[in-house]
Amino acid sequence: MLAAIVFYVFSAILVASAAMVIVARNPVHSVLFLILCFFNAAGLFVLMGAEFLAMILVVVYVGAVAVLFLFVVMMLDVDFVKLREGFARYLPVGAAVGLVLAAELVFVLAPWAFSASVPEAISMPIPDPGEIHNTKALGLVLYTDYAYLFQAAGLVLLVAMVGAIVLTLRDREGVKRQSIARQVARTRGEGVETVSVKSREGVDV
Amino acid sequence: MVESTYLSMALTGALILGQILLVTIPLLLAVAMLTYAERKVIGAIQLRKGPNVVGPFGLFQPFADALKLLTKETIVPTGANRIVFMMAPMLTLLLSLVAWAVIPFDAGWVIADINVGILYLFAISSLGVYGIIMAGWASNSKYAFLGAMRSAAQMVSYEVSIGFVIITVLLCVGSLNLSDIVNAQKNMWFFIPLFPMFVIFFVSALAETNRSPFDLPEGESEIVAGYFVEYSSMSFAMFFLGEYAAMILMSGMTAILFLGGWLPPFDIVPFNWIPGIVWFALKTALCLFVFLWVRATMPRYRYDQLMRLGWKIFLPFSLFWVVATAGVLMATGWIPR
Repeated sequence: MLAAIVFYVFSAILVASAAMVIVARNPVHSVLFLILCFFNAAGLFVLMGAEFLAMILVVVYVGAVAVLFLFVVMMLDVDFVKLREGFARYLPVGAAVGLVLAAELVFVLAPWAFSASVPEAISMPIPDPGEIHNTKALGLVLYTDYAYLFQAAGLVLLVAMVGAIVLTLRDREGVKRQSIARQVARTRGEGVETVSVKSREGVDV
Repeated sequence: MVESTYLSMALTGALILGQILLVTIPLLLAVAMLTYAERKVIGAIQLRKGPNVVGPFGLFQPFADALKLLTKETIVPTGANRIVFMMAPMLTLLLSLVAWAVIPFDAGWVIADINVGILYLFAISSLGVYGIIMAGWASNSKYAFLGAMRSAAQMVSYEVSIGFVIITVLLCVGSLNLSDIVNAQKNMWFFIPLFPMFVIFFVSALAETNRSPFDLPEGESEIVAGYFVEYSSMSFAMFFLGEYAAMILMSGMTAILFLGGWLPPFDIVPFNWIPGIVWFALKTALCLFVFLWVRATMPRYRYDQLMRLGWKIFLPFSLFWVVATAGVLMATGWIPR
C-alpha cells in the first residue's frame, strides 16, 4: 500500500511538473520544473527496483544535460512577448507532432499490453532480481551481447561532439593565449637581453 | 493486528528519524568546528593566533558568528526572483546533508546501505551546482551571475574526472556499495596501488567544492563574493553551512574510496582496539586539514588554467588509468567476480 501511495505521489508531481515545463512563463522556471520532472522519474525507477537507471538518470540528465540547458536559457535574451505572438500560428504544427508521438506510443504499447506473450516478454530480460543486482545484470548484457551497438552509440555521440566543435571553433586573430610548451621551451638567451646603457642616453628596446 | 502494524510502522519511522538526527547534529557541529579549525590553522600558518577571545581558546567563536548571522536582517534585492532566490541556499544545504544517508561510519553504521551507494554520492555531488546557478541567476546581479557561470563550467568539468576515478575504484572492488568498497581494502588501502587517481580525486574534490585554489566562483578580488554577493543573514549562513558540509562529505568520500574508511591502518592489537568510527573521523579530519593547508598555500588558478587542468590533463590521464587498470586486472585475473 505504501508503495502505491509513493507511486501516485511521484507520478502526480511528475505529470504536474511536466505540464508546468510548458506552461511556465519564464524559461528558467521551465528548466527548473524539467529538473523536478527528472527527479520524480528517478523516484519511479527506484520504486521499480531499477536503482542503477535512477542514479544514471540523475547523474546524466540532471547533473550534466540540464545544467547546460539552464546555462543556455539563462544566457539567452528571450523576448517573451514576441514568443507568445506566434503561438496560434505554430499551434497546428505542434499539435500534429504531439498527435504523431502519441500515436506511436499507442502502437508500441498496444501490442505490448494485448499480445499473448506478455508474461514471457515481461520476465524475459531480467535474470532474477534476487540473485543479481541490476547494475551487474545490465553490464553483463550491455558489454557482451550488445557490445557493437554500445560502441556504435558511442560513435554517434562522438560524431555529434566533433560536429558541434567544428561548427563553433574559429581561429581568432590577436587573442593572447598561453602556450605552456612555448613558455617552457624559452631559453635565457631569448628572454633576457643585457644592454649596457650609456649615462644620460637611455635605451631603445 | 492492524494496530500492531501501525505501531511497528511508527517505530520504524521514529528509528529512522533518530538515525537522521544522530548523523545531522554531529555533522552541523563538525561544520562549526571546521570553520573554527580553518581560522586557527590558517592563523598558525600565517604566524597569527586566530580566534582566541570567545570561550576557551576561542572555541565558541563559530557559535557567536552563527548567533550574529541569525540576528541580521534578510535582504532580498529588488528585481530578484524571490522564490528561486530563497530556494537556492536551502537546496545547497539540503544536498550536502542528504548525501550522508549512504556514508558508512563503521561496519554496519549506515542509514541506507543501498546497492548503488557511490553512484548516489556522485549524483548528489553533481547536483551541488544547482544551488549556485540558481543563486547567481535569481540575485539579478552581474557579479553573482558571473560567479554562477564560472562555477557551472568548473563543476561540470571536474565531475568527469571524478567519475573516471570512481570507475577505477569500482573496477578494483566489483561493487557499487560503499561498505563493500571499504571491505575490499582490508589488505591494502587503495591509495597505494591507485596513488595517481588518489591525487586526481583530491584535486577534483577541491574544484567540486569550490575551494581554493579553484575558488573562482567566489573570487573576491574580481567578482566581490561571486554567487552569494546578494545574500545576507541566515540565507548566507545556509550557503556557508552547505559549502563546509560538502567539504566534509568530499573528505569522507576520499577516506572511504582510498584510505580504507573505518579500517585501522594495521589489523594488530593497539590499532584494532580503537573503534572504527574514530579511524573514519581521523582520516576525514586529515583530508580536511589538507583542504585548509592548500587554501593557505596556493594562489588562485586563472580561469583558462583551470579549464586546461581539468580537460587536457586530468581527463586524458584518468581515462588512460581506467583502461590500464582494467587491462592489468584482466591480464592478471585479479578482477573481482
